[in-house]
Amino acid sequence: MSNLSVLQVNKRFGGLDALRDVNLEVKSGTVHAIIGPNGAGKSTLLNCFVGRLEPDTGSVTFDGKSLLGIKPHEINQAGVSRVFQTPEIFADLSLIDNVMIPAFAKRDGAFTLHAWGSVADERDIRATAMDMLADVGLDAKANDIAGQLSRGDKRRLELAMCLVQKPKLLLLDEPTAGMARADTNNTIDLMKRIAGTGVTMVVIEHDMHVVFSLAETITVLAQGTVIAEGLPEDIKGDPRVQEAYLGGAHL
Amino acid sequence: MTRKDLILLICFIVAVLAAPVILEPVGAGYPDLLQKFAIFGIFAIGFNILFGLTGYLSFGHAAFLGVGSYTAVWTFKLFSMNPLPAIILATLLGGLFAVLIGFICLRRSGIYFSILTLAFAQMSYNLAYSVLTPITNGETGLQLAQSDPRVLDVAFGRDYGAVLPSSDFFGMTMTGYPGFYFCAVLLIVCFFLSIRIFRSPFGMMLRAVKSNQNRMNYTGLNTRPYTLAAFVISGMYAGLAGGLLAVTDPLAGAERMQWTASGEVVLMTILGGAGTLLGPIIGAGVIKYFENIFSAFNDGILMKAFDFLPETLQHVMVSISSVFVGEGWHLTLGALFMLIVIFLPGGLMEGFDRLRHSFSSRSGNDDSEVAASVKDAPPVTGGRP
Repeated sequence: MSNLSVLQVNKRFGGLDALRDVNLEVKSGTVHAIIGPNGAGKSTLLNCFVGRLEPDTGSVTFDGKSLLGIKPHEINQAGVSRVFQTPEIFADLSLIDNVMIPAFAKRDGAFTLHAWGSVADERDIRATAMDMLADVGLDAKANDIAGQLSRGDKRRLELAMCLVQKPKLLLLDEPTAGMARADTNNTIDLMKRIAGTGVTMVVIEHDMHVVFSLAETITVLAQGTVIAEGLPEDIKGDPRVQEAYLGGAHL
Repeated sequence: MTRKDLILLICFIVAVLAAPVILEPVGAGYPDLLQKFAIFGIFAIGFNILFGLTGYLSFGHAAFLGVGSYTAVWTFKLFSMNPLPAIILATLLGGLFAVLIGFICLRRSGIYFSILTLAFAQMSYNLAYSVLTPITNGETGLQLAQSDPRVLDVAFGRDYGAVLPSSDFFGMTMTGYPGFYFCAVLLIVCFFLSIRIFRSPFGMMLRAVKSNQNRMNYTGLNTRPYTLAAFVISGMYAGLAGGLLAVTDPLAGAERMQWTASGEVVLMTILGGAGTLLGPIIGAGVIKYFENIFSAFNDGILMKAFDFLPETLQHVMVSISSVFVGEGWHLTLGALFMLIVIFLPGGLMEGFDRLRHSFSSRSGNDDSEVAASVKDAPPVTGGRP
C-alpha cells in the first residue's frame, strides 16, 4: 500500500524550473530519503507536501487524500508532521508546554474554546508530553524556556513535538544539519527507534552517513528532476548520481 | 485552581473591597475615582487578554468602550434604569462589534493589524459625530430624558416622577459607594475569569500564537479562531467597561472612542506589565490616579508641600515642580512611562518581582528564575578600561 504519492509535480519560480515532472512513491512504514545537491528542489518538494507551496501542476496525495489546496493545519490533522531545517518551536514557552500544545492539537482538533478548564488538571496530556520529553532525553529540562536550548536540543524538542502527535507521516528537513558528530549519532539512533515504531518517514539530508544508516529507499533529485531512485546500494553505485552529486567523486 | 491562584484571588478581593480605606492616605479614597479604577481595570484586563497573551496590539479598543456606553444609555432610555440589562447588552454588543472588526483586522498581524484597528476606531468615532447622530446625538452626547419610554420600568410600576432618573440597582442608586461596589464586584468577576483563561489550555494556545504562529499551523492548530476569540473576549470586556461608565454617569459621548482613549489602555497595560494578571489593573489605577490627583495639584498645594524649605528655595522648587502637575500631569506620566519601558520592560510587575527577589535572596534563599534575569541586566557601574 502506498502512503504518500506524488505525481507529475511541476513548480516554477519565475524563469526557474524548481521541480520538473517529479514522481515519488513513499511506501507505508518505510524511511525514504531525498538527496541531491544544493538547489536541487528538495525543500521545494517538501514544502509542497505541507501546504507551504502549491505546485503548478501535478498531484500530492496522502492515504488517498489530496494534500493540495488545504491549509497546513488541516494537513497536520490528516497525520503529517514536519521538522524544519531551522527548528520551529515556541521559544518563549517551557519545554513541557511546547510538547503539550501539539498533544492538545491531536486530542482536541484545530480549534477548541477550552477556556474554563485548567492546564494543571490535564494530567494525561502532561504525562504523555513528559514521556515524550524523556524519550528524546530532555525531561530534566522540562521547565526550562525552550529558546535557551542549544541548537541540537531544539531539534530534539521539535522532534518530540511532532512525535507526540503520533503522526502517520513524518517529514524531516535536514535533521542533523549543523550538529556535531556525537549529536548526529544520537539523532540517528533516535530516528532508528522512531522508524522501528512503524512511522513513515521522509528525510531530506546532506549527510551521507545519516542517509545510508537510515534510509530504505533513496530518491536523488538534481535540478528539479528525479535522476535516480532505489535501494541505498544501488544509489551508491549509480554513476549518474555520482556525476550530479559529487562531480564524479566516489561516495 | 491552584493554591497560589486562590491566594491571589482572595488577596485581590480583599484589596478591592477595602480599597476606600487602603487608598485613603494617598487621597484616592473617594467613590468617583474608585469607580474609574474599577472600570478601567476591567477595560485593561480585557485588553491584556488580547495583547498580553497573543501579542496582537489593538489600537482601536476605545471603539468597544464607546459602543458599550451608547448601548447602556439606550437600554436605560428604552427599557429600564436597572444597570443589569444595560451592562449585559453593552457586553454583548461590544462582543458583536468585536466579531465584525476582528474578522477583518485579524487577516493581518503586527503593525498592519494595529493600523487597521486604529482605522476602524477612528471611523466609528467620526460616524458617531456625523451619520449616526440620530443614535449618538452627535456632539452633545447621548443623554437621558424625562420622556424616555423605559418600558420595563413602566411595566413594573416604577415611576421616577418629574426628575431626571439615575441608574439604580433595585433601589440602590449607582452613584457614590454603591456605584463603586457594583463596579468592584464586576471587576472581581472579570479578574477571576481572566485567571481561568490564563491557566486554561485556551490561554496556552494564545501564548503559542504570540510565540510562533508558523509552528502552530504546522502543529494542526488553526490560529485565526484563537485570535478572533481573544479579540472578541477583550471586546466584551471593553463593552462592559463602557456600559459601567454609563451606569455610574448616564451619558455617552463620542470622545470616548477617540484614539487617545485607545492609546490610554495600551499605556495602562504596558505600564503595569503586559501578560501579567495584576499588571494591567495596577497600570489602570496609576494612570487614573495621575489623571485625577496630579492634575488637581496647584501652586497653593505645592507651596504647602515645600514650606519646610527657606522661602527662596521654596519658590524655586514650586516653579520647577508646577510644570509637572496640574495641566502638566501628562508630562509626569510620559516621563514615568519612559522610565518604565526603558528600565522595566515587563512593567511595574517586573519591578515588584525584582524587589521581592532581591529581598528573598538577601534573606538567603536564592530563587533561580528572576535572580538570573537580574544578573542579565547590564551592570550599573564599571567603566571601560
